[in-house]
Amino acid sequence: MAEFFAMGGYAAYIWPAYGIAAGVIIGLFVWSWRGLARAERAEAALGRRERRRVPKVERT
Amino acid sequence: MSGFFAILGRDLRLARVESGGALLAVQFFALGILLFPLGLGPEPGMLSRLGGGLLAVMALLATLLALDRLFQQDHDDGTLDLLRTSPAPLWSVVLGKALAHWLLTGGPMIVTAPLLGVLLQMSWPAIGGLCAALALGTPTLSLVGAIGASLTIGARRGGVLLALLVLPLYIPVLIFMSGTVTAAETGLAFGAHVSILGAILLLSLVLAPWASAVALRQIGE
Amino acid sequence: MTASTPSSEQPVPGVRGSALHRFANPARFLRLARAVQPWLLAVTLVSLLAGLYFGLVASPIDYQQKDTVRIMYVHVPAAWMAMFGYSTLAIASAVGLIWKHPLADLAGKAAAPIGAGFTIIALATGSLWGKPTWGTWWVWDARLTSVVVLLFLYLGYIALWNAFEQPQRGAKAAAVLALVGIVNLPIIKFSVDWWNTLHQPASISRIGTPAIDPAMLTPLLLMAVAYLGLFLLLLLLRMRVELAERRVAALQLSRSRAGESR
Repeated sequence: MAEFFAMGGYAAYIWPAYGIAAGVIIGLFVWSWRGLARAERAEAALGRRERRRVPKVERT
Repeated sequence: MSGFFAILGRDLRLARVESGGALLAVQFFALGILLFPLGLGPEPGMLSRLGGGLLAVMALLATLLALDRLFQQDHDDGTLDLLRTSPAPLWSVVLGKALAHWLLTGGPMIVTAPLLGVLLQMSWPAIGGLCAALALGTPTLSLVGAIGASLTIGARRGGVLLALLVLPLYIPVLIFMSGTVTAAETGLAFGAHVSILGAILLLSLVLAPWASAVALRQIGE
Repeated sequence: MTASTPSSEQPVPGVRGSALHRFANPARFLRLARAVQPWLLAVTLVSLLAGLYFGLVASPIDYQQKDTVRIMYVHVPAAWMAMFGYSTLAIASAVGLIWKHPLADLAGKAAAPIGAGFTIIALATGSLWGKPTWGTWWVWDARLTSVVVLLFLYLGYIALWNAFEQPQRGAKAAAVLALVGIVNLPIIKFSVDWWNTLHQPASISRIGTPAIDPAMLTPLLLMAVAYLGLFLLLLLLRMRVELAERRVAALQLSRSRAGESR
């Protein structure tokens, strides 16, 4: 097992390489999911305010 | 064709009115070159080796200076809208503006390059190669720069943005301009470098005005 | 569930009927995306796990590069995705400019950060691959230099999208830039190759990709499939983000207009 992680002595290069690849890709997913959640929250909030305002307009 | 000459004449006249403002680019060119001996040290041989590349890079940066104003003023005072609806084809307007820009930036740079080459202790063949490189390269810089200028009209931080967009596109011209200088000194493949610069210029003459026109039309929509 | 307006099921006005335009309707596109996603996810996970296993465990070491060749399995597919991303961006821009497909611009905007991300992965992993093999963290060879230029093309495109008050202007300008970029890319690549042969130091020549042992092809292709799957999953996700943000902007606009009319 230790031999596997040592990667023939090149562990210092191989694991960071895989780590950066994983990090950037996971980072893109996280950033996108959070952006989606934020936008959907904002959309819901705006939608609620729209519906609440409609009765007033009908009164005039 | 009359649209082309009309725009050319107008831009040159406007530049003359600004008295002194028009030749800012070449002043920046010269001042920038002056910075390198100050920054790198006047070690004999080093400056002459670097000279071609340094002058080529400064040519790129100096060309960028006048670019963001290429269309901005006309956009602000409504001339661009008029030009868009005028019978003169938009690409000829762009071509006229690019030529005016080159006459005010690239042209003066070609004239001052020999003097700056001497300051950098470059050999005469190298300086000759440099002038050939600038003669073929700077028009391309004005043309490709016009594309960038047409894309960034009214943009936030337009000047810096323009530089970021256009500099990657300038890289081929840079490589072949400095390659021409080296080739002129070593005597190897000078013709090849010059031919490629010429080919890039021809390609830009055809594509750049058209691409800029497309970009200008998108503003109206 | 996102709130959908009553008109979301109607065809988009002014859009000619054609295969591509059937998905111009955002709601329809989202349904398609939701249908495709599970399959895409499955394929991606399987190929990713298999690729990692073969790449890290079950493949041979290179004669010269030893274990560091394993970096190739995360580096080369990233470079491929970097180029694929820019092509996607350029095609989306062309479709948006020529056929005025309403979702095309958004597809480009969605693809750009993903492509830029893969470009950064390619550069970082390439550098980590280079240090043990060439001895330096960075080498000005044709391939790496071209990838750096590609990164700046991506960043310029993204910057242009965000540079205007009106998102529409940013969209159109970025689209034109993308097409100018895709035409320039071969020229840039050619000139950088030329530059490299001119200035080539004697010791470093065609380095990077070793002679491909067939046993190395398996993890390479598996990781390539995995990366493509990840790209597409991210693309679908980002399309949803862009569509949601566009809906929010539209709601905010109608709110401010309603406020003004009273």
